[in-house]
Amino acid sequence: MAIKQYKTIKEVVGPLMLVEKVSDVKYDELVEVKLANGEVRLGKVLEINEDKALVQLFESSQGMKIDDAKAVFLGHGIELSVAPNILGRVFDGLGRPIDNKGPVIADMHLDINGQALNPVARDYPSEFIQTGISAIDGLNTLVRGQKLPIFSGSGLPHAKLAAQIARQAKVLGTDEKFAVVFAAIGITFEEADYFIEDFRKSGAIERTVMFVNLANDPAIERIATPRMAITAAEYLAYELNMHVLVILTDITNYAEALREISSARKEVPGRRGYPGYMYTDLATLFERAGRIVGKKGSITQLPILTMPEDDKTHPIPDLTGYITEGQIILSRPLFMKGILPPIDVLPSLSRLKDKGIGRGKTRSDHSDTMNQLFSSYARGKEAKELATVLGDSALSETDRLYAKFAEEFENKYISQGFNANRTVIETLELGWELLRIFPTSELKRISDEHIAEYYKVIKVEDL
Amino acid sequence: MEKRGTITKVAGPLVVASGMENVQVYDVVRVSHKKLIGEVIELRGDLASIQVYEETAGIGPGEPVYFTNEPLSAELGPGLISSIFDGIQRPLTSIYDAYGAHIPLGIDIAKLDRKKKWLFEPSAKVDSEVSSGMILGFVNETKVVKHYILVPPKVKGTLIWLHKGEATVSETIAKIKTNRGEIKEINMIQYWPVRKKRPYISKLAPDKIMVTGQRVIDSLFPLSIGGIAAIPGPFGSGKTVVQHQLAKWADADIIVYVGCGERGNEMTDVLMEFPHLKDPRTGESLMQRTVLIANTSNMPVAAREASIYTGITIAEYYRDMGYKVAIMADSTSRWAEALREMSSRLEEMPGEEGYPAYLSSRLAEFYERAGYVSCLGDEKRLGAVTAIGAVSPPGGDTSEPVSQATLRIVKVFWGLSATLAYRRHFPAIDWLKSYSLYEDVIHEDITTNYHQDWNVLIRRLQILLQEEATLLEIVRLVGVDSLSKEDRIKLLSAQMIREDFLHQNAYHEIDTYTSIDKQYLMIQVILKWYDLANVAIRQNKDLRAIEMMKVNERIGRLKYVKEKEAQNEVKNIMLLMESEFQALKEE
Repeated sequence: MAIKQYKTIKEVVGPLMLVEKVSDVKYDELVEVKLANGEVRLGKVLEINEDKALVQLFESSQGMKIDDAKAVFLGHGIELSVAPNILGRVFDGLGRPIDNKGPVIADMHLDINGQALNPVARDYPSEFIQTGISAIDGLNTLVRGQKLPIFSGSGLPHAKLAAQIARQAKVLGTDEKFAVVFAAIGITFEEADYFIEDFRKSGAIERTVMFVNLANDPAIERIATPRMAITAAEYLAYELNMHVLVILTDITNYAEALREISSARKEVPGRRGYPGYMYTDLATLFERAGRIVGKKGSITQLPILTMPEDDKTHPIPDLTGYITEGQIILSRPLFMKGILPPIDVLPSLSRLKDKGIGRGKTRSDHSDTMNQLFSSYARGKEAKELATVLGDSALSETDRLYAKFAEEFENKYISQGFNANRTVIETLELGWELLRIFPTSELKRISDEHIAEYYKVIKVEDL
Repeated sequence: MEKRGTITKVAGPLVVASGMENVQVYDVVRVSHKKLIGEVIELRGDLASIQVYEETAGIGPGEPVYFTNEPLSAELGPGLISSIFDGIQRPLTSIYDAYGAHIPLGIDIAKLDRKKKWLFEPSAKVDSEVSSGMILGFVNETKVVKHYILVPPKVKGTLIWLHKGEATVSETIAKIKTNRGEIKEINMIQYWPVRKKRPYISKLAPDKIMVTGQRVIDSLFPLSIGGIAAIPGPFGSGKTVVQHQLAKWADADIIVYVGCGERGNEMTDVLMEFPHLKDPRTGESLMQRTVLIANTSNMPVAAREASIYTGITIAEYYRDMGYKVAIMADSTSRWAEALREMSSRLEEMPGEEGYPAYLSSRLAEFYERAGYVSCLGDEKRLGAVTAIGAVSPPGGDTSEPVSQATLRIVKVFWGLSATLAYRRHFPAIDWLKSYSLYEDVIHEDITTNYHQDWNVLIRRLQILLQEEATLLEIVRLVGVDSLSKEDRIKLLSAQMIREDFLHQNAYHEIDTYTSIDKQYLMIQVILKWYDLANVAIRQNKDLRAIEMMKVNERIGRLKYVKEKEAQNEVKNIMLLMESEFQALKEE
């Protein structure tokens, strides 16, 4: 297609640019803006009305002069160049190498928007991933091809948890390692550096692709960054048959960039000023996780987002939770108590856990004990709250057991630190050890066979 | 496709074209050289606003818009069941077989399989007078579904020829001479515009329970055949699991499941799981009565808007054959968001939270297409569409417009609670918040047809649960010790109702479905326990001993007892209960 070049830029307002008197321009086309000093900036066509093209810039409009800048329409969407040697490389938020190792000699150029998958082509994720973290493996099990976000708050150790998962994650019975695609979306240098250092220490850096948009990089570039990362992941998974773990941090910054563009377009805002199409937009990111029938590789997504004010009902975590297959929620009160990782197991959830656990995958008692631990901990927490208000004496004897259970559950089961790597069998045994606090009559969620097989020791003196 | 317009504007899924004076609102058009499917939603002079059902990247002004002069229609005929379609009824399995993992743009593929031969069994008489809705014959669509071929709408006359034997859906199977002397050739396909309701003779008031096998629903908040229900709840509260459970076990002949703007893997789950599950009534695979419509969250947003209409049109079509159809839409909030997105691109004046002002009327229109009807062609043939819509309120707050508009229409409200979900009490249907306006008619149905004292027992359950809520308030303030023994017994019984009856494990082989008979037995046992415990307390027996009785555990495990063995087990439990209560010592 012929390259179309125009000097008719009429307006630049924030991240938006209006070019007039264009012809044959297509929706969603990539635009290069050439400045007089030779600088090139990227954008895409957001709307085209007769001969007027509205362009969304991916980079700052600072220093742009309407008179001497040229808009070049490239005839294709925004693309990422990929090749097997992208592993171990570092790119900026728009997919340009920033590690001084030269350009990537491309095998393919892939459109970063991807294409919606035919639901029939999806393969249901069901392979258990052992993360070595009890609160995840035992209660909110992760499976290959799942999208499981970490809902965190500012100041909570989500980075440590994500790095721990990236370091420890493996599928039982294989030595296959995950390739890691890491997208830093508007985070600080220090946080990005923590990940890079951790990957370097564990040797994971060689099988990692990084896309880095730091806090002081242009905000609007963040629209493209996660798409770059997921496109790279799709290439690794479906062309090179690798199992890929994608870490996207921080989705909150992405959503804010989305809001910035929406408000610049003067769109009718939805809740808290975020655009009405944010659900659909986020879905086009998260739904690209999964497995495809007939392909060996898989994409497991671990997006991280910080909940403003730790509020789960804020539009960003709320819409994310409706799209993703569960969520791991970090809790500030647990963190204050020194429980690390501070995973709040009750509101956390893995929707795909039931397919990944049980006989032949983990152990047959997994599902029963999981349900029992959840309901016992929930009751234990209520009992503890009651005890704070009314004192221990107000509790019935059974409730006192529950309170004790909740205490030990937090200290032994959840709190394991960021370096312990427990096998799933260790996690299950630990669960039983805690459940033995109760007489069997309280273990209503566990079938008789499993009680007969695993309950064994009844510590009467603990009653 | 000679006449064409020209694109002047492209903004996401909205395309504006000029030269469109000859089209009608809601006509389907093919947009650009790629022939993307679109629908005209607004006309202004010669300008038409078109919502495009496919990705619009790469198209621009100057490209043509081709007319089809037809509204968006569903193709109805044998081959719908066990299939999966997208929001505009394109067959996803055929597309996958032909084109691979992604759906190519602008494809033309027949909605129903044109090659497959069906064995047509005629049943109408040649030379008789026929009119729309009358049965001409049937094909066995699956082992459990007899697909009746009906005289299409607006056709009336004398049947002059009827085929017998194999035919494809597009081959003529009947000829009808109309009163004007025209001869109409009828095949097995009917076209019907999805946005228009299909006709029937009259609507009847729903009066029978649709048994779902879900205890909390059937006992406390029952749904009638032909009724409408909504399930609102925050994420993680188990909306989709409830919807899946209903699709699996609801007492319906046909299930239409619309995955509207939800996760792709959930549709895969249905596709993979249903063929292996057995329908408790027929013993055949559940897939043999299921039609799936999938428009996942990352598929084009305009097609999401169309998907629930496609779904309900298919449901109505089977209803017209005299079937009980249940349609599940998960989630209507995503549908409403699609509506909002198109509305904002049309630059309409927004109503509440950016939703268009016509949100509630559109929702009402959809739900009103459900119902219990006497079918066109034969007033004794009764069919029903039962509609169940999931709602995903932002932050779980049901004061938002979609929930509120839905609540004004539906008769059954199953409110899901995050607190229950955190405790892993599933289904997390909040018994203090939910309601069913069909309760009275359904209790009448059950007391006459199943169990005489059903309504009395259910009333007692409800009262106990209500009283528990009040008592728990007191406990939270002053501790459990301050309660009287009678109240402590109430708490224990209510706990039993919650944990041993209302809680139900969807993933447990036996627990996943409970018949009305077994539910009745379970309720009886718990209430019997409550009565005996009250007597014991009056006789000053030890409360702690009552708490520790062996029978309590047996009651708790009753839900895992097979249907066939339930009666016997209940007998044993009753005996054990009586002897244990008798053996209690005084304090």
